[in-house]
This record gives sequence, structure tokens and C-alpha cells, in this order.
Amino acid sequence: MMQLFKGKRIFLLFAAFAVLLSGCSLEASPLNPKGLQGKEQLDLMILSLVIMTLVVIVVYVIAVYVLVKYRARKGDNSIPKQVEGNHKLEITWTVIPLILLTILAVPTIGYSFKHDQNLSNDPDAVKVKVTAHQFWWEFSYPELGIETSQDLVMPVGKDISFEMTSVDVMHSFWIPAIGGKKDTNPGLISYFHLRPLEVGVFKGKCAELCGPSHALMDFKAVVLSQEDFDAWVADMKEPTSISGDVATGEAIFKANCIQCHAIQPEARSPVAPHLNGFADRERVGSILEMNEDNIKDWIRDPQSIKPGSLMPGFGEGTSLELSEEELNQLTKYLLQLK
Amino acid sequence: MANAASAHAHDGHHVKRYGGLMDWLTTVDHKKIGILYLLAGAFFFIVGGIEAMLIRLQLMAPGLDVVSAQHYNEIITMHGTTMIFLAAMPILFGFINAILPLQIGARDVAFPFVNALGFWLFLFGGILLNISWFVGEVPDAGWTAYVPLSGEQFSVHRGVDFFLMGLQIAGFGSLIGAINFLVTIINMRAPGMSFMRMPLFTWTAFIASALILFAFPAFTIGLVLLTFDRLFSGNIFDPNMGGNIVLWQHIFWIFGHPEVYILILPAFGIISEVIPTFAKKRLFGYSTMVFAIILIGFLGFMVWVHHMFTTGLGPVANALFAVATMLIAVPTGIKVFNWLFTMWGGQIRFNTANLFAIGFVPTFVMGGVTGVMLAVPPADFQFHDSYFVVAHFHYVIVGGIVLGLFAGLFYWFPKMFGRSLDETLGKWIFWLFLIGFHLTFFIQHFLGMLGMPRRVYTYLDESQNPGWGWMNALSTSGAFLMSIATILLLVNIVITMKKPKTAPADPWDGLGRTLEWTIASPAPEYNFAQTPIVRGIDAWWKEKMDGKTAMTPAEPLGPIHMPSPSILPIIMSFGLFVAAVGFMYSDVLNGYYVAIGGLAITLFCMFLRSVYDDHGFHLDPTEEEGVQS
Repeated sequence: MMQLFKGKRIFLLFAAFAVLLSGCSLEASPLNPKGLQGKEQLDLMILSLVIMTLVVIVVYVIAVYVLVKYRARKGDNSIPKQVEGNHKLEITWTVIPLILLTILAVPTIGYSFKHDQNLSNDPDAVKVKVTAHQFWWEFSYPELGIETSQDLVMPVGKDISFEMTSVDVMHSFWIPAIGGKKDTNPGLISYFHLRPLEVGVFKGKCAELCGPSHALMDFKAVVLSQEDFDAWVADMKEPTSISGDVATGEAIFKANCIQCHAIQPEARSPVAPHLNGFADRERVGSILEMNEDNIKDWIRDPQSIKPGSLMPGFGEGTSLELSEEELNQLTKYLLQLK
Repeated sequence: MANAASAHAHDGHHVKRYGGLMDWLTTVDHKKIGILYLLAGAFFFIVGGIEAMLIRLQLMAPGLDVVSAQHYNEIITMHGTTMIFLAAMPILFGFINAILPLQIGARDVAFPFVNALGFWLFLFGGILLNISWFVGEVPDAGWTAYVPLSGEQFSVHRGVDFFLMGLQIAGFGSLIGAINFLVTIINMRAPGMSFMRMPLFTWTAFIASALILFAFPAFTIGLVLLTFDRLFSGNIFDPNMGGNIVLWQHIFWIFGHPEVYILILPAFGIISEVIPTFAKKRLFGYSTMVFAIILIGFLGFMVWVHHMFTTGLGPVANALFAVATMLIAVPTGIKVFNWLFTMWGGQIRFNTANLFAIGFVPTFVMGGVTGVMLAVPPADFQFHDSYFVVAHFHYVIVGGIVLGLFAGLFYWFPKMFGRSLDETLGKWIFWLFLIGFHLTFFIQHFLGMLGMPRRVYTYLDESQNPGWGWMNALSTSGAFLMSIATILLLVNIVITMKKPKTAPADPWDGLGRTLEWTIASPAPEYNFAQTPIVRGIDAWWKEKMDGKTAMTPAEPLGPIHMPSPSILPIIMSFGLFVAAVGFMYSDVLNGYYVAIGGLAITLFCMFLRSVYDDHGFHLDPTEEEGVQS
């Protein structure tokens, strides 16, 4: 795979351009990957880009030369020589592309197999079941006995094996900064794996048109060190510990929310996002900043934030209306779900 | 026109001919049908362009609310569907209709009636699709209509039904149109025009028609299956009932990938006509060019899975289709170099038609190389469904097909309408369009590589997506330039049409190389008073180089047999339109009687067509004043 590293200089130029484009620093993205697959995929992009840049330069140089040299000159009414063709030239521009493509095809085939393995039986891999819903993500860790949603927590440096499906329409699971995507197909299971290489919080996206809120079907990939991950696991497995005076809020939650939203660690939550660890999540409804106001806005009218969301609104004038005080209590309770 | 209303007959058959609007509704003349295709295609191109501007306005800055999320999905679906099926294909069909018979020295197409039927089917299909805007139930599952999003359960309004029915009807039109072109090319070439003497545009029309012949039936079946799912609860694609959603993707792309080549090949053909003409040189490597078209057409059927690399078909399928996809770059590269070497040693003129053709080459190459980048499955895992893909296919479709269409429009306008488009305005149009195009789409490669998915109605602000705001704003600014260019093109067409018909037969300073430039501009109804004898590639150029001023005729002057006009094609198409509405609204109408009634109209017209012999009529070119208008 030596050729993968030859393109670094062009890559630097390319990255510099991308930095320029993104304003200031290059955030984690397919161009600045923080995962093993993402890095290898970037290598392949660079290899193909280098080869293709070569082709483009050759075409452009010839084009500019021809257009300047052979432009029609005033008063020249001669008839140019009508050339039929040239076998040697034509063989040249058949064979050289074939060679270039072979150079590209070899690592392509290698990585196609490498990135498409099924690690679901690998004892060292962390197993995560991903279930996509309109418009949220359900994550369960069958070996750890954890059910959660929206924030995908992973230990750094380990293979994560995903077993993915969807309950409604097609979605596509994508963490741009860690590695390329795979579709989640209703009625089918797809296997996928990633290895995050850096601690941090990265954007997760749905990449397949899935309805009105396709654009907002985000999640967060939270990559933790092994100790932090272990601590998170222990924390998640503990039944939700409630501190402070939130009994009123809890009652409201039990009366209105628990039919859809599970909070117990091992209970599945097939209809709506699991809320175990809700208060620690990065975002409300996967897109808004995590704060009290946004939680209340979301509960009042989810459709105004995520069009097509299946959650009913609890705002003024709805059949399920909660008073401002009830909303305050409920929010207080929700912020205790750690 | 008045004295043309009665038959000008030598054999006693009386054929009713019409004037004015009725002439256009009943015409079976390939040149008029070509103009109809161009007009309808231009109309839908503007509709699709307005949709494109709404998309760009909505994405101009993060969190905008120009259109709602639901409307946005409707707009992207209709933009893609309209541009592919109702703009690009009909405009190409228009050029093929108008020019192909002239290039092969034919008096008409093989099946003039079928040709007219093809146009009206396309038009009624397009109208049906766009009626959805007025009903307020618009297709919203993307132009790929992936199930289950497009299925009965998740798309509860009738939007996708309009998509299925409209494209089914328009698809019939494309299919029979393609069969007509195939038969025309195989059977109606002038004496001496062997296959390896056919102009490149004719060759590309031939291969594109063959692709339609094999690709459209797959689409027809896919549409029927999804229609069964939606209208009769067929469960074919319902995973809860044992159906498989990936099946739809296979069917769609087995059609969908060749469809891209159906569009780009005739554009290649146009470029292969314009570049030699204005370089004053024959096409470099003619036989290689022909071979490359055939190879691209063949490989076009072998690569559909590259649209499905992330579906989860496994590494064997992905690797095989990756290699097949890369192979397409080889014949495509051959074509690019052959175009460049056609100009090598020539005397290149920079008029508008040639500017578009020259602009096509580097622009299309950029779309081609990103295609190879996308063919690498692991890299595609990142690119797939991101703005990188949006940039790629717009480079191919706008930078390739649309630039080719504009080149063809400027090149053949005098032959079709007897007047040349304004050159000064034309050059403004070219530069505005080209600069606007690159401004709009180049930056989208980088948006994709920063992680922006396609088909998103909005994106979060700078804190979440640094840089996306200004990159999208830049893209939108380019779209405005393209809009201005398109408006100027319309202005150019309008002012040109007001001028008198003064274009000579060979209007490009006598540089024409192929047979269409041997006859008057616009061509008379019978095209060739005498069928010419073809003595080589670039038949007309060859005669001119031998000092001749006209083609050698293959027959004496005499009456020419012409097909009769007919109102049946439009009625047959209308019948299918009624049937489609009847099927869609059978629940409201309490039954299928409207659907059956519509089908009955079509079948009755077919019956009429079968039982009445159409002997056509004869025109005599020696007394053409009386019959021509």
C-alpha cells in the first residue's frame, strides 16, 4: 500500500484549501478523521484524487495548448489536414488509464473487504445494536445490558460492531468524523464496524432521505477513554437515582411519558427514545442545546422543532396540555435522569 | 397553408391536412415533433429550474424557512424527476427527431404515427406529474422513490401515485420513441451510408435508443410493482409481509444507471458534431469513438450496484461493481482525448455553439473523475448521499448534458428555424452559465467532504457546522448567475424568432460536414427532394472538397410519399391520462369505471388505427410552392 502515502503533499495543499474553506480550524470530518476507517477511507480518497488530478492536469494542459495554438486566424481560409486518427496515440490513452485504474483498483478491493467485515462474533469487539426510527436512533448494548438512545457512547481504540436495522423506512447510519456509512434497512440486518481513535464528541447523521425531518435526524457519537466508558456503563446499569425533590415531576412523567419513554436500564424503548441518562445527553431532540428552556419547548411542540415527529405536543391548547408549573416540575425531573 | 388543407394527391387519395393549431396537434412530421419536444422540454426545464432556485434559496443560510420541510422534500423530488424525465430526455428527443433523419438522408422516421404518439404520451405523463402541485399532494420520496418511504404506509397522500402514473405514461412514450429511432437508423439510411459512415450524433442516438429499449422495461415493471403495492396493497416491497426493500433499489438502478448514459450519449454526439465542424477537421479516431460509445453503453448495464455500495450487499458485490465502474472511465477518456486531438491542427472558431462544446470538455472531465472517486466503495462510504454526490452528478448532468444541449441548440437552431441565434448575447449566456455553474457546484464537493448529507432541508448553525453557511451562500449566488443565463437564452430565442428566415442551407460559413447542411434551412417537409448518395464519412464535406456544390442524387425527381396527419396519437395519450387518474382516484370514484373508460378510449383509437388503411399522400417537390408552408 505504498502508493497510499505518496499523495501526502497534495493532500496538504488540499487540506489547506479545506481549512480555508471551513473558515478557521478544520473540524473533525471525513477530511480530518478521528477513526481508523475514516483515516483509511481518506487515504483512498487522496490516492484517487492524486491519480485523477494527474488526468485532469493532462487534459487541461492539452486543451489550453490546442485552443491557443490552433485558434482560427483571420484571413486563413486554408483547409487543415483531415487526420483520420492515430493508432499509437489512441492505444496510449487507452493503456495509461488502464494502468492508473489498476493502481487504484488494488487497494480499493483490499479495503472493500476490510471495511465490510462482520465483527459480530469477534469477542474483542463492543457490540451495539442500532435501530433507526423516524427521526431518532436507538442504541442497545446486548452484552452490557444497556438500552439508550441518541448518544452513542463508545470506548476509544476498540472495534465497535454494529448490528443495524430500521423499524420504519430506510435510514443510513453515518458518523462522518469516524468513518463511512451504512444503510439501516427495515426487515433486514446490516453489519458494520468502526474503530474510533480519539476521545471526543462527534456528529452522527442520517444520510438517507427518510421523511420531513431527515435533515434533523442527528445523533452524537461520544468517544470515551476505556475508564470513562467503564464508568459510564456502571452508571447506566444502576437504576436511575433521583435526588432532590422531584416527586411531582416524577408523577407527571409516570402519568404522561412512561408509556413511550422507558427509563429503566434494561427495558427496551421501542416507540420513543429511551431516557436513561437523559440529563447527560449532548442535545435535546438531537439538535437543540441541552437546557431547561429547550426541553420545555420540545415538550410543548415537538413538530415545530422536528417536523413529522411522532411525539404529541403538550403545549397550550393541546389535548394533553401541561401547565407551566407542571412543565417546570417535569423538566426538573428529567434533568435528574443521569 | 390554405391550399394545403386539401390533399395534393397524385394517386387520388384524399388526405385531410390542417393548418394552425390543428396542424401541430395532428402532425406526424419529425421536424415538427422535434420542435414540440423542444418546447415542452424547455417549459419543464424552466419549471425544474424554479424548483432548483427554491432549493438554493432555502439552503442559502442555516435554519431558513423559505419552504417547509415537507415542501422541500416535494421540491427536490420534483426537481430531479422533472429535470431527468421531462426536460433532459425530451430536449434530446427533440434534437434526435429534428436532426437524425436529416443526417442519414431520410425523408421521415420509420413510424411517424408512433413518433407522434411518443411525444403526446410524454407530454400527458409530464402534465399528470405536475398536476400534483395543484392537487397539493406532491411526490416527496425523492426521484429514486425508495421504498418503504414511497410505500402506502409512509407516504399516505397521493403524491407518489402521481409519480408512478406520470412516469409510466411518459416512459411508454420514451420506449416507443426509442424503437422508432432504432428502426429508422437501421432501415432508412441513404444509399452508401453504411453504419461506419454514420455521423456520431446518429450513432449516439442509436446506442441511446438501444439502452432505452433494454433499460425502460425494467423501470416499467418497477413502477407497476410499486403501483400494485400502493393501489392494491400488493406487499411486494413491504418487509412486514415478507417483501424486500432492496429489490426496489435493484430494479430502479438497473434502469437508473443506463438512464444516465441515455442522457449523456446524445450529448457526446452533439459535441462530436460541433467540435469537428468548427475546427474544420474530421473527427479524430472515428471508429474508436464509435467503439467507445458501444462500450460505454454495454458497461452502463454492468455498474448499477455502485449506487448501492452502502446498502450492505457485501464486499464481493461491491468490489466487482467498483472495478466495472472504473472501467467505464477508459472509453470515456478515449472520447475526451479524441475530441482534443480533433481540434489539434485545426482552425478553431469560438462561436457560441463551439464555446459550449469546448466548455463541455473540461467540465465533464471533472464530473468524470469524481465518478471514479465515487467508484471506490470504502471512499464511497463517506461520499455516499453527501453533497459530494450532488456535486458529481450535477457536473455530469449540467456540465455534461446541459452544456451539450446548449451547444446543440445554437448549432442546429438555423436548421430547425431558419434563423441563427444572436452571437453576442450567446457569448454572454455561455460565460454567465459556465461561471455560475462552477460557482454553484464546485464548492459542494467540499460541503460533502465536511459531512453535509444531501436532501436535507436545512442545517444547523455555525456552532455545529462551521463554514457551511458561507459555502452554501456562495453556491446559491452561482445559481443566480445560471438563472440569468437561462433568462437571457429565452430572450435570445424570442428576438431571433422575430427576425426573418434568412439562414442559408449551410449556415456556418459553409463548414457543415453532414447531410443536414445540404438542404434548405428550415428543411422542406419531405427533407430531400432527391435522396443523396453517400460516398464517405462527413458526406457533404467530402462532396465540397471534391469541388461539388450539391450531393449526387440517387433517384430522379418525382412525387414523394408522405404519411397522413392524425389526431389519434393525442387522443390515445389522453385516454391513458384519464385511465391513470381513474386508477388513482378509484376510492373517491367508487370503482374503476373511469379507469376502464380511459383505457377504452385508447384501445378504441388503436382499433381505428388498425382498421383504416393510411395510404398517405404524395408531394411533388417540382411544384412545392403549392404544398409547402
